[in-house]
Amino acid sequence: MKRVLVLGSGALQIGQAGEFDYSGSQALKVLREEGIASVLINPNIATIQTDQGLADKVYFLPVEPQFVEEVLKLENCDAVLLSFGGQSALNCGLALEEAGVFARLGVRVLGTPVSTIRDTEDRARFVERLREINVDTARSMAVSSVEDAVRAAGIIGYPVMLRCGFSLGGKGSSIVRTEQECRDVASSALSGAPQILVEECLSGWKEIEYEVVRDAADNCITVCNMENVDPMGIHTGESIVVAPSQTLDDTEYQLLRDVAIKTIRHLGIIGECNIQYALDPHSRAYRVIEVNARLSRSSALASKATGYPLAYVAAKIALGYDLPDIPNNITQVTTAFFEPALDYIVCKIPRWDIGKFLHADDKIGSEMKSVGEVMAIGRSFPEALQKALRMLDIGAAGLESHRYNFSDIDDELRRPTPKRIFAVAQALHKGYTVEHIHALSRIDPFFLYEIASVVALEHTLEDSGLKLDTLSSELMRTLKRKGFSDKQIGHKLHSHVDAVREKRKALGVRPYLKQIDTLAAEFPAKTNFLYSTYHADADDIQAPTRPSVLVLGSGCYRIGSSVEFDWCAVTAVQTARKLGYETLVINCNPETVSTDYDVCDRLIFEELTLERVLDVIEQQKPSGVIVSMGGQTPNNIAIQLANAGVPILGTSAESIDMAEDRHKFSALLDELGIGQPKWKEATGINDIGKTVASLGGFPVLIRPSYVLSGAAMGVAYTKSEAEAFLKQASTLSQEHPVVLSKFEENAQEIELDAVGSGGQLVAWVVSEHVEQAGVHSGDATLMVPPQSLSVAQIMRIREIAEKLARRLKIEGPFNIQLLLRDDVIKVIELNLRASRSFPFLSKATGVNLAQEATRVLLGVKSTQDYVANWMHLPYVVVKAPQFSFGRIKGADPRLGVEMASTGEVACFGKSCEEALLKAYMATGFKRPRNGIFVSVENGDAKLLYRDIATFFGMGFGIFSAGQTATELRQAGFSVTEIASANQLRELFQAKSIDWVISVPHGTLSTPNRLGYHCRRLAADFGVSLTLNIHTAQRLAKALVLVPNSAITIAPWSHYLPAPILDERAELTV
Amino acid sequence: MHDFQTSTGLLHLTNDTVYKGYSFGSSRNVAGEVVFNTAMTGYVETLTDPSYKGQIVVLTYPLVGNYGVPKPPFESAAIQVQGLVIPNLSDNPNHHLSLHNLHQWLLGSHVPGLYGVDTRSLTQLLREHGTIEGSIHTTAANAELSDSIPMHDVLSLVAGERVMRCGTGNTRILVVDTGAKYNIMRSLVRRGAQVVCAPWNLDWESYLPEVDGILLTNGPGDPRDATALVQRVRHTMSLGIPMFGICFGHQLLALAAGASSTKMRYGNRSVNQPVQDLMTKRCYMTSQNHGYVVDSTQLPEDFTSWFINLNDRSNEGIRHKTLPISSVQFHPEAAPGPNDTAFLFDDFLAVASRLKRSHLRSNRIDALQEMVLT
Repeated sequence: MKRVLVLGSGALQIGQAGEFDYSGSQALKVLREEGIASVLINPNIATIQTDQGLADKVYFLPVEPQFVEEVLKLENCDAVLLSFGGQSALNCGLALEEAGVFARLGVRVLGTPVSTIRDTEDRARFVERLREINVDTARSMAVSSVEDAVRAAGIIGYPVMLRCGFSLGGKGSSIVRTEQECRDVASSALSGAPQILVEECLSGWKEIEYEVVRDAADNCITVCNMENVDPMGIHTGESIVVAPSQTLDDTEYQLLRDVAIKTIRHLGIIGECNIQYALDPHSRAYRVIEVNARLSRSSALASKATGYPLAYVAAKIALGYDLPDIPNNITQVTTAFFEPALDYIVCKIPRWDIGKFLHADDKIGSEMKSVGEVMAIGRSFPEALQKALRMLDIGAAGLESHRYNFSDIDDELRRPTPKRIFAVAQALHKGYTVEHIHALSRIDPFFLYEIASVVALEHTLEDSGLKLDTLSSELMRTLKRKGFSDKQIGHKLHSHVDAVREKRKALGVRPYLKQIDTLAAEFPAKTNFLYSTYHADADDIQAPTRPSVLVLGSGCYRIGSSVEFDWCAVTAVQTARKLGYETLVINCNPETVSTDYDVCDRLIFEELTLERVLDVIEQQKPSGVIVSMGGQTPNNIAIQLANAGVPILGTSAESIDMAEDRHKFSALLDELGIGQPKWKEATGINDIGKTVASLGGFPVLIRPSYVLSGAAMGVAYTKSEAEAFLKQASTLSQEHPVVLSKFEENAQEIELDAVGSGGQLVAWVVSEHVEQAGVHSGDATLMVPPQSLSVAQIMRIREIAEKLARRLKIEGPFNIQLLLRDDVIKVIELNLRASRSFPFLSKATGVNLAQEATRVLLGVKSTQDYVANWMHLPYVVVKAPQFSFGRIKGADPRLGVEMASTGEVACFGKSCEEALLKAYMATGFKRPRNGIFVSVENGDAKLLYRDIATFFGMGFGIFSAGQTATELRQAGFSVTEIASANQLRELFQAKSIDWVISVPHGTLSTPNRLGYHCRRLAADFGVSLTLNIHTAQRLAKALVLVPNSAITIAPWSHYLPAPILDERAELTV
Repeated sequence: MHDFQTSTGLLHLTNDTVYKGYSFGSSRNVAGEVVFNTAMTGYVETLTDPSYKGQIVVLTYPLVGNYGVPKPPFESAAIQVQGLVIPNLSDNPNHHLSLHNLHQWLLGSHVPGLYGVDTRSLTQLLREHGTIEGSIHTTAANAELSDSIPMHDVLSLVAGERVMRCGTGNTRILVVDTGAKYNIMRSLVRRGAQVVCAPWNLDWESYLPEVDGILLTNGPGDPRDATALVQRVRHTMSLGIPMFGICFGHQLLALAAGASSTKMRYGNRSVNQPVQDLMTKRCYMTSQNHGYVVDSTQLPEDFTSWFINLNDRSNEGIRHKTLPISSVQFHPEAAPGPNDTAFLFDDFLAVASRLKRSHLRSNRIDALQEMVLT
């Protein structure tokens, strides 16, 4: 074996997130360790795995069979790893195998054989294989027609579960209770899959998972088991999960472990897999639900929960090692044939952003909708649970029973939304019995009683007229052991959080740092994996003796903050390590590389709340703290940390405040003579007309003054829209005033990402948006080098950056968002932290902004002279957003000032068109063959046909509706006009439409309109969907100019000049 | 909230370290050797394991009592430990087999417990000490007197009073009971064996003529104290009857064979002990609780190492080179712990049943009769 191809998972999307950056990175490290050359295909440019120094060659290309085949040929690979890139990589691998590509090219599939993967993916085969060894599966029948589905459901008995095979994140699975429901769901599911499963409904059974590892010599272990607090019926990715299981006795634990080992041996898995069970709460009956023959979200969680390096070991096994021959890199005393013993409990909670989607159904169930997750470690369930709720960064200080108002709390318990856990607390607070809540929610009474103990303490704080001054150390300790934050206690006792902290410390109540050593202290082990708990009276570890740097990670992935900030944090750690510092990381997201065991010297798996960060800093006493490389979450506590005397590295807290506070920032821009859109603070709904008039009329942008990823932002075109947004914004943020600013139409949006040092610009890159202002920058398509800016304009932008850097004495990373219209440049926003586009621009241009920023933060004078070489790059790199609208049932897919994309990709090309087309193909865009549907509500359709009439002449059908249809016909195109949603649906079913361009007008959507239906159908049928006229225009142009034959298949090193890459490699290995 | 919440208690170690906690279960004061186990499930099995007779058991897993306590049978007739020390106690367990909670069970069994203890730091201390004595004091009781058990004679406390038989199969196994966990007997009977379970301090040799195999079980205490029993095992070994030892039984068998046993730097006290079969190279996960190890560098000529521990490379089993005599340090009967090595019962029974039918049988009976007569 000389050259191994690793398939990545592409853009982050719902059901497939950052966990595969972790697993892929580990696989590449193993290949490197073994001296085997590696080739990686992954268009997700914000990942660590695509960094220089991990894979020998990186291809930023779609993980699609035709691209993979070309790379295999070009690179002469003799083996491939399919199980480290999630379902996307697995499906791509299966397609290639089926097409005989691997056989033809003599490429060996390492690890689990393809036939075994098929056994686990094809549900009918799976059930049959398990029947051979008398392992129980849910009664299930595979059907390929609606009539057969109805018949099967009749035999099994309603309610039944309908599922698709070959799915990630349980897409297309539902519980149906009646024949009509069965017909509806089956017909929709069968539209996207050749076969569906009708299964026995196990709703309310316990849901348990085991992570299993087996080597080719048949040694087999289960690394971890996990129990879902939300029982069967809620997808495990949507459930609150604990590890290890809490309600299984030893007999059950071992029964399921035995079945796991027996099953995995029988199937012949070689490497890592996950097996899911339903366990009857009233007997020992179990059913195997599924086996995932690959690294998964659960395996990432299990790896972080136990400290067992699952992905690393799986890669070693794939290369032929046996478990007892692999040393355990974490403990350094055991081998990989080892099952961790935990002396703590882990609690995972998903993070949802369903509220960001218009008309989305917020019920959670058997399909995945969550966009990220957090993992908390504690020594009691309430401690871990309350930590996790804070980690979600949704504003909760813990399990506050009055956080939400539920109009129908019984319904919330029965048919959950992401808020159910708070409803449980509220119900208990109202006096519901555990039995009653169990009857509604099916949550095991064990967990409910544990939650009840939290609510009981809440009562204690509320009722007894307690005062902070007289709080006993006994009660304080009990509260902290049950996971209460100082803030929660402060709220209840009407005391300031700082006073609570002071009192607590005076009482001698503090958390202790404990090691995760995989063996519960049975014998000494070296580990650097830590968490804190109040159920303790000693620290496992003292402050480092060397100069140390603490990097705050980005916390849970969510819309607006994901893998790109993990890349920044990891790069910061690597750079600091390289400079000789002992590195510490605080993060709470199990899907990240920053929480890998080998990234930093001390990993503290903890909350990124002010309270916990201060606790850690007081104990570990780092020489410096980096808050600007983990996105907005750490940035939000920067000022408070500085006020508490923490040595924050980089730009001062006063400067940060000046950039974040709308008033101060605006005054600053005026002072520096930098243009900005007109703005005004909202004084009330009644004055809205006057306020808007003073800005020069509609449209206006409405938002609270502190924002991230456009939360509660909106563009209003009318007075009624403005009123609606104002209401929404003020309920979301009472603390910060709502700001109205002139929304500049037809303006180009530009970003500048840079590093300042001593107020000087040491590195800077300008990129240009394809979409005009109004589309959130996270949803925009970015091009570098800029495609339409003049050198003079770029220099003016630079001048603005220099002015700001000088005035604010910027030290470290920053990002400026700008508008350009009629050659006038205005600044919208300044972020004194690394931005989302840092990894993209660093990899596109070879100027590693995150690395440079960290060096500056650590006081290293930049020796490099960064000329703006990116202005003359002989190629173009385009970053495109990945949307997951298909996952969020009912949501209206549209772009606005609120970010909606869940991930991103970037591709290189000789031309902008080529790079753009490749990037969009990497997000699932397919070259249209049959027909396109065009509807442009604001009358901009001419942008499509004025320049590129040839596109419409490419031989496919043109469908349209309303005004756009008329316009196109007048322009001389032959158009089929669509009048109804039903007509549209038929066209989708017949696969007559394979590209939808639907550009809605305004920001408030109406679910009954044809445009909504069309966008929704595209999302549901997985048809290419473009929502912005400028994106559509560029794409159409690219389709015309770049036939498939003109798409270059070339590695990163082909584009980027070697010396730059080498320089980076030296620093990132 | 439980009514015993406010009742504080202490664990006092003989090195004068004190761990504070809350008392539950019985309010008796007890003393004993303080040992730990890192299993995450199986507290019912652990508490009723006679190997823990006389000891105060510390559990590292922080949530204990979650699934309550089922109706018997357990691993023996009653709770065996002197006391229990844990981080958190579940007072509202839930499980379809649960009859009562851990507090009630301990209370009814007159066994004291202590919760609210940082058992991780306690375990770190215990592992470095090897063995350390300690006592649980509850404020509700007289803090002066602590009951303890004479450990040098602990074996006599776990021996039954009479011989018991169970199972109806053709293959008959003599279990020499030094505090056997019930699951050893269950494992044999489930596989179709008939079990004669004789307390180690009765005349178990008198059953030898009627059995096809001998099983030496787990048990409490230092095997090196059981000199008389080692002698008796040594006599029996020469008869050629298939013999299998587990844990304490492994130590007995090894000592009887002439091997030596030493105290370990760190005992093996968990249900996640990886062992490797040196013949097949296959690895298994096992349940263990021991602080002494057979020195595999000093095995008698006719014995060979069978299993080793993958963590510390210590001996985990030996077997005779020609005779059907073998033993393992770990617990193939699990309870609690993984069942990976349950096949050893199959293997043992297969040998016992095969030899019964072989030509060896007549010779063996002659030899046996000779021994019984002389």
